[in-house]
Amino acid sequence: MRRARIWAAIGSVTLIVSACGGTGATTPPTTGAASHAPSAAATQAATTAAATATVAAGTPAATVAGTMGPLPSSGVSSKIDKGEGELDIIIWAGYAEDGSSDKTYDWVHPFEDLTGCQVHSTDMTDSNNGVSLMQGGSYDGISASGDATTRLIQGGLVAPIDTSIFLNYPNVFDSLKNLPHNTVNGVNYGVPHGRGPNLLAYNTDQVTTAPTSWDPIWEGGSAYKGKISIYNSSIFIADAALHVMVKHPELGIKDIYQLDDAQFQAAIDLLNQLKANNPLFWGTATEQQTSFTSGDVVIGTSWQYQVNLLTADHQPIAAVLPDEGSTGWSDTWMMSATAKHPNCMLMWMDWMMSPMANALATIWFGEAPTSQAACDYAETISPGHCEQMHATDEAYFSKVHYWATPQADCKDEDPATTCKTQDDWVQAWTTLTGS
Amino acid sequence: MALPTAPITAPESLVPRRTSPRRKFGSWVHRRPRARLVGLLAAPITWMVIIYLGALFILLLNAFWAKDPFTGKVEPFSWTLDAFKTIASNPVYTTIALRTMGMAILVTVTDALLALPIAYYMARVASPAKRRLLVVAILIPLWAAYLVKVYSWRIILQGHGLVDWAVAPFGMHGPGLSDIMNTWIVLSYLWLPYMILPLFAGFERVPSSLIEASADLGGRSMTTFRRVMLPLVFPALVAGSIFTFSLTLGDYITPDLVSDTKFIGNVIYDNAANVNLPVAAAYSLIPIAIMVVYLLVARRLGAFENL
Amino acid sequence: MTEPRYVRVLLRIATIGVLVFLFLPIVVLAIQAFNSSKLLTWPPPDFTLHWFSDAAGNPQIVQAFQNSIVAATVATILALILGTLAALAVQRYDFFGKQTISFIFVLPLALPGVITGIALRTSYVTFGIDLGMLTIIVGHATFCVVVIYNNVIARLRRVPRTAEEASADLGADSFTTFRRVTLPAVRTALLAGALLAFGLSFDEIIVTIFTAGPGTQTIPLWIYSAIQRPNELPVVNVVAVVVILLSVIPVYLAQRLSGDVAASAAL
Repeated sequence: MRRARIWAAIGSVTLIVSACGGTGATTPPTTGAASHAPSAAATQAATTAAATATVAAGTPAATVAGTMGPLPSSGVSSKIDKGEGELDIIIWAGYAEDGSSDKTYDWVHPFEDLTGCQVHSTDMTDSNNGVSLMQGGSYDGISASGDATTRLIQGGLVAPIDTSIFLNYPNVFDSLKNLPHNTVNGVNYGVPHGRGPNLLAYNTDQVTTAPTSWDPIWEGGSAYKGKISIYNSSIFIADAALHVMVKHPELGIKDIYQLDDAQFQAAIDLLNQLKANNPLFWGTATEQQTSFTSGDVVIGTSWQYQVNLLTADHQPIAAVLPDEGSTGWSDTWMMSATAKHPNCMLMWMDWMMSPMANALATIWFGEAPTSQAACDYAETISPGHCEQMHATDEAYFSKVHYWATPQADCKDEDPATTCKTQDDWVQAWTTLTGS
Repeated sequence: MALPTAPITAPESLVPRRTSPRRKFGSWVHRRPRARLVGLLAAPITWMVIIYLGALFILLLNAFWAKDPFTGKVEPFSWTLDAFKTIASNPVYTTIALRTMGMAILVTVTDALLALPIAYYMARVASPAKRRLLVVAILIPLWAAYLVKVYSWRIILQGHGLVDWAVAPFGMHGPGLSDIMNTWIVLSYLWLPYMILPLFAGFERVPSSLIEASADLGGRSMTTFRRVMLPLVFPALVAGSIFTFSLTLGDYITPDLVSDTKFIGNVIYDNAANVNLPVAAAYSLIPIAIMVVYLLVARRLGAFENL
Repeated sequence: MTEPRYVRVLLRIATIGVLVFLFLPIVVLAIQAFNSSKLLTWPPPDFTLHWFSDAAGNPQIVQAFQNSIVAATVATILALILGTLAALAVQRYDFFGKQTISFIFVLPLALPGVITGIALRTSYVTFGIDLGMLTIIVGHATFCVVVIYNNVIARLRRVPRTAEEASADLGADSFTTFRRVTLPAVRTALLAGALLAFGLSFDEIIVTIFTAGPGTQTIPLWIYSAIQRPNELPVVNVVAVVVILLSVIPVYLAQRLSGDVAASAAL
């Protein structure tokens, strides 16, 4: 049944493709995956049949209008060798949905049908956890944020990637390519997934004036004593540093992840002040979701993901990116250096850059997609998604400080400066939460 | 009368066949207790020593190795005391250790107090049918998944949870999810069956004759209980306490889910799961040392016969 | 001992109190399995059966169930063999190091699971052993051995050696003696121990978190990941209720079969 539909899809794509003409790009594939070149007849190979019209959202494949010619909504490069049948990845919760949370959001099953790689995903609680899981060596890849990528690269845990083999990489926004957190000396170590800020979420019933800055959490804390929700990870020190940067410019913080002793101490002091107001720490998205729902917390740091879940559950929630800016993340799919299923991983990376999968994933989680094609596809499912996520708004993201790893050398060229290390951050966090 | 001319032999079926190889081996083994012992012990000891003790040893080695401060990778054989220095230099680790031990003692005492009446009832007052039912009733919560039980307590204790709902008419609030006392309640709950069962067995083992003798000698029931029964079941109590104590000492999931406090288990887990294996391994030495001492004392008190 | 009336009444009250305490979360979780709210708010706004059908149709749950059963069965069998051998050795012989061995055989249950877990995982990673079903089973078998060992030793203490000696006098070799004298005597202890070991393995989460590979899930692991997913919380309760119901029968049967209630209840 599935196969018949695949052939029907290929047939229709061929028709539309041949009717529209357009930019010729890659040479027609010999093992038959989705071809970028419209002139190529979408050929053989049922196993890697491209452009499955059976997308969960129901939109047929090549409905992307535009003079540059239709692009397939899903597909992976033919240059990648045959898959190994299995894929074990470490993800942020919500990055590999198989329809069990919401039938519409399923980009795992189409991938499995397309490539034959059965996906097994493991959630990480924060980047430290992700790095630790990668060290175990049994995973094929990870959706790493910037505070994990550098450690993974330097630790030799991830493999360099030749981005030219990907079908969908050329479409990725240029502003997301070759960024320092995943590209070292011109060598790519992964492909972008999505980006987003950490938001200030609040219960609209309990917090009557919509906040526009982080002050309610740091300064007005006692008003919400015991009802503040804070992300439980050492990386949160950067959020404190951000507030210090705004309130105490005399300390001269330039990079909230590279702090000298005085700056670091100021951030810790601020956190201790927060601790006195009895915040509730959240480690997983659903923990925070239940806390907001039960009324245990009314305000806190959150991801668009939880806000989406709470909104879908008709909870009175809203979120804002405060004026001072915020921390955030720009995630990269990386492949393990000891991956047992490298081809499946490469195919997954290509898949997650493909318009359909990227659109679904970024709508579900609530982050900005990585390509215009994904944005266009997302329009058909959730209109206005890219505007809401500021996908092409670089000015917006200039206020977002992507997660990065603290380094002793402060990441600058000046050898005289020393900053607190990742270890220092973790130790300080342990002291904060443990006492 | 004629004398028998042929030797008298027993019928075939009564004579064991001495010549079968299994029989020969069996006899050989029977004469050599040492060999029997080695045969019995070889497999289990190999398993325990190589797999279990070996794994512990490797973990503890990691406590003495350095890790890259940036990537977190452990360098084997790079002997150093860094992990220990980290622990020693930060008072929070001592706080956590003391807090955990305190909670372990509190939970053990709580469970002992809760278990004594029900174990006694089951062993000496209930009818055999009721006794069987009660044992089944005690065992059922053990079969409910640990995580689900803790999550159930979370629902009970959280804001707008069961406790809130129950005490609202009195104008009170439930504890919410950041209170350390939540861990006391939930941990006592989780390990209670492990305390009840050995105590129950212990009470059952007290011979009635001793109780009657005590009564004959003029002891009233409270005195008999205090001076005859309690000392006799004390080893069983200690046996049960091994579980409540050690399970509390190492738990990290419960403190995580129903409170915001960190226990020894949390420190070990957080460090192991978040790229600091040497500190996790070094900190593990604390509960290991505590339990070894506890076990040695327990053994002396006769607990091992009551497990 | 005939206790005074008031003592009996107090004991009965105390017993009921403890039973209420023990079953409160179980009852709550049973109710939650029918709670129509996805986030399990209390009191339940409405009741529904559709979580049950969700659970039945979920292939991950079925797979996790199979894995759990396989792991528990193999671990219990291994434990039965190793535990009985060790118990026989320690109970029936005197030798140098006997105290140490009986000490070692308590450690896996007495040391916190998180330590056992990371110790095993570190060793697997060090020796490049792939995490999967095998590593899970090894971890489970290690503490199951302790359970069986303790049960068998407790029983052997009560089985007089004279029966075995008489058997030898009558011409039986060691194997026959074991098969026809010792084994029947400890059979119910083995059964009780096996049941407890199976249950412990089925429910084990802490060591399993560390020793399971990315593709293998047992029921507790499935619960652990499902608890973190937004819409799977109620299904988790369904799974738990089903497991409890499934376990009542074997537990009760074990009680019936073992006449010696105390021994079968001993850990």
